[in-house]
Amino acid sequence: MARMTIQDKLALLSDAAKYDASCASSGTSKRGSRDGKGLGSTTGSGICHAYAPDGRCISLLKILMTNYCVFDCAYCVNRASSNVPRARFTVDEVVWLTTEFYRRNYIEGLFLSSGIIKSSDYTMEQMVLIAETLRAQGFRGYVHLKTIPDAAPDLIERAGLAADRLSINIELPTDASIKAYAPEKDARSIRAAMGKVRLTGEDYADRSHTGRRRGRFAPAGQSTQMIVGADGSDDATILGNADRLYGAYGLKRVYYSAFSPIPDASAVLPLVDPPLMREHRLYQADWLLRFYGFELSEIVTRDRAGMLDLDVDPKLAWALANRDRFPVDVNRAPKDLLLRVPGFGTKIVDRIVAARRSGSLGLEDIRRMGGRVKQARPFIVTKDHHPAAKLDAADLRARFVKPQQMELF
Amino acid sequence: MFAPRLPRIGTESAWRDAARRLASKGVPPEAVDWGLEGDAAAMFDDPLPATGTAFTVARGFVDLARVLIPERSGQGMAVAYALLVRLRDDPRLLDRRADPLVARADRIAKDVRRDLHKMHAFVRFREVGDQSVRRRFAAWFEPAHRIEEPVADFFVNRFGDMDWIIATPEVTLIYHGSALRMEAKASTRLDEGDPIEALWTTYYSNIFNPARLKVDAMKAEMPVRYWRNLPEARVIPQLIAGARAKVTAMHEAGFSTPPPQFDRRRMTMPENLDATPLDALAREAAGCTRCPLYCDATQTIFGEGPEDARVMVVGEQPGDQEDLAGRPFVGPAGRLFDEQAKAAGLVRKGVYVTNAVKHFKFVQRGKRRIHQRPDAGEVTACRWWLDREIATVKPDLIVAMGATALQALTGSGKGILKRRGGVESGPDDMRVLATVHPSYLLRLPDREARARETDLFRADLARARDLVDEAR
Repeated sequence: MARMTIQDKLALLSDAAKYDASCASSGTSKRGSRDGKGLGSTTGSGICHAYAPDGRCISLLKILMTNYCVFDCAYCVNRASSNVPRARFTVDEVVWLTTEFYRRNYIEGLFLSSGIIKSSDYTMEQMVLIAETLRAQGFRGYVHLKTIPDAAPDLIERAGLAADRLSINIELPTDASIKAYAPEKDARSIRAAMGKVRLTGEDYADRSHTGRRRGRFAPAGQSTQMIVGADGSDDATILGNADRLYGAYGLKRVYYSAFSPIPDASAVLPLVDPPLMREHRLYQADWLLRFYGFELSEIVTRDRAGMLDLDVDPKLAWALANRDRFPVDVNRAPKDLLLRVPGFGTKIVDRIVAARRSGSLGLEDIRRMGGRVKQARPFIVTKDHHPAAKLDAADLRARFVKPQQMELF
Repeated sequence: MFAPRLPRIGTESAWRDAARRLASKGVPPEAVDWGLEGDAAAMFDDPLPATGTAFTVARGFVDLARVLIPERSGQGMAVAYALLVRLRDDPRLLDRRADPLVARADRIAKDVRRDLHKMHAFVRFREVGDQSVRRRFAAWFEPAHRIEEPVADFFVNRFGDMDWIIATPEVTLIYHGSALRMEAKASTRLDEGDPIEALWTTYYSNIFNPARLKVDAMKAEMPVRYWRNLPEARVIPQLIAGARAKVTAMHEAGFSTPPPQFDRRRMTMPENLDATPLDALAREAAGCTRCPLYCDATQTIFGEGPEDARVMVVGEQPGDQEDLAGRPFVGPAGRLFDEQAKAAGLVRKGVYVTNAVKHFKFVQRGKRRIHQRPDAGEVTACRWWLDREIATVKPDLIVAMGATALQALTGSGKGILKRRGGVESGPDDMRVLATVHPSYLLRLPDREARARETDLFRADLARARDLVDEAR
């Protein structure tokens, strides 16, 4: 075969990386290069430099170091038994691509993942070398490294010192699914590695007796990804697992990735269009758990067989099923009740709480502050509005569900 | 009527100066017609009041004004001034986001912030000139608002080691040799390309997942008006057009057969053959599912210590830290144990430490995992491992710390404070010394009680040392 150009490799190794949903570049330590001695800076909220026609943000150069892999995970295009062409970047190629893209303001940094070659330690060390070379050359942009679960602790430590974020993908929602579809992976060692990352981070966060830090270990924390729709797990299982991961390992994010057909598919998994709406609802539910004070048992109930409602968002679904908790008086209710009103986000709630101190609020006031009044209306009382019987109307749910569009015949 | 005409470069400080003078004289907003130099002169244009007295303004206003001033129609400057005037009598105005003026300012600020953010994102540099000492780049960008000045620092802080120019239709930002210069001059679009753009477009095309086509979501975040200055945008039409065909091809290709050289047996990792009996036991326990605790815990926390240890110390169960670290006795209670064992003359190296239950049991409250005492069923299920640890290590004495350990070893955990310090009979007539769990000491709120109980705990450990020494 003819020697691959860097363009050939980039095509192959970015195509192979696109199934990783994460592209965040936010929440890391503040850095800059106005001193002229390096390249790059970080911002608090990250920047999306482009959007692909799939609507997803492109913030980082997201590539695999190599798509050779000794593992045979059924859902993965790079599994050992797949027929895709294989390639591998050298350390210098990745460093060059990252900095040249960065200099042209295409990206915030690098998200490097990899197939497992030779051994976990070897693979991890090669990836760490790339991050360390970037830093040694003065690169101050964002680096996200995928962590290989079985890699030696000192490699994970080096990874965290060079990178802003580490991630280990749990990939499937249950241990049984991991065993079935990713036979070389081990859910326990994935969790143990997440525990290791959390402990190492806490260790580095402690200041020494002189008050100095020994360094910054993964300042943007760690994240993971779960594939949705590859196995038969219901939403309750997926969210339950996510909830535990947030609690046990202090994860910054759990990404949900709708299982998407891959070229060269394995026969054990469905070849269907990705369940995008389900993925969207899971993200909404995840937000309710983390920022709105909801318990898992409130969001997924047994009536729906552990699945989220696809027609309405999970907060509205909860409100419709718990109408006895409404209407909520916008001018009096405590913050935790306001957070439960459909159409009110955390920002709007803060604004309401601040604004009502200096006068009673009406619907128009809420609209001006950015609240979605149409959604909230049946569930709130304001100085000029009471939903009365509308809240109990039998067709309330139907009013929120978009009618299915008729197809042209 | 006042009609200040502000310079295109230095607009913000000129606005602040003019606004300060006007507001300190109490000039109402409707009597000011804000504009830039070059805008049509107003019919009436009184000279600005001389420098007025300085006054303070509510927190948050300066930041808000900085975002409002660049708004292109001039409304931003007017709204900022109207806010300033009202804030003098009503310092809490900015908290009332429902106030029509505040809401209007919010809307304008949101629009300008978005423009700033999109400029951070969508400027595309092209390399120009030779790669002499510092590399040189140039970019062309068309912002919606007059944001060149406030946006410049972002690029200075990011691209500090190269020289660059960002030209917009009205302003050119020139960063040369670590110094920034701004010129208000009309420019036209640059047309040179950059060979790296081909690689970037390759990346853009391949990171796109055709099975998730969502063109509206893309356009909402990357509006079409920016496309002509984005090199990657040239391939968008063909990516969209080809998406469905790519997915159909994947479906039609169906499932693949592994290449002939693929051998599943190769995948298994070799076992470590020269493991000790305890290592083998620990590896076996790692996959334990004898009770449901394995579902939520990170890992099995097996015992640790020499195979010929003369003392075995049994605690209750691993805690949060042990669960994460994969080792017993590393959390706060474990550290207290280590400290007291050392003081009591028990050499840690000669002690095998383990727990009655080998998985962390907890309930999750928000992001915290709160320890739960294991129930009798879990203790019984885990006895399987404890018995095998005892049979392998064959200690002279077992120290049971706390009711759970005592229950596992003697069948009853009741009345621990009365039983502590005494030697009882455990499995296979093994001698079991009862004492409290160190976490009990950590929970005592009273300092004196804690000191007294800690002394008793240390005495129990010293007794264990003596018992083992006598047996020798």
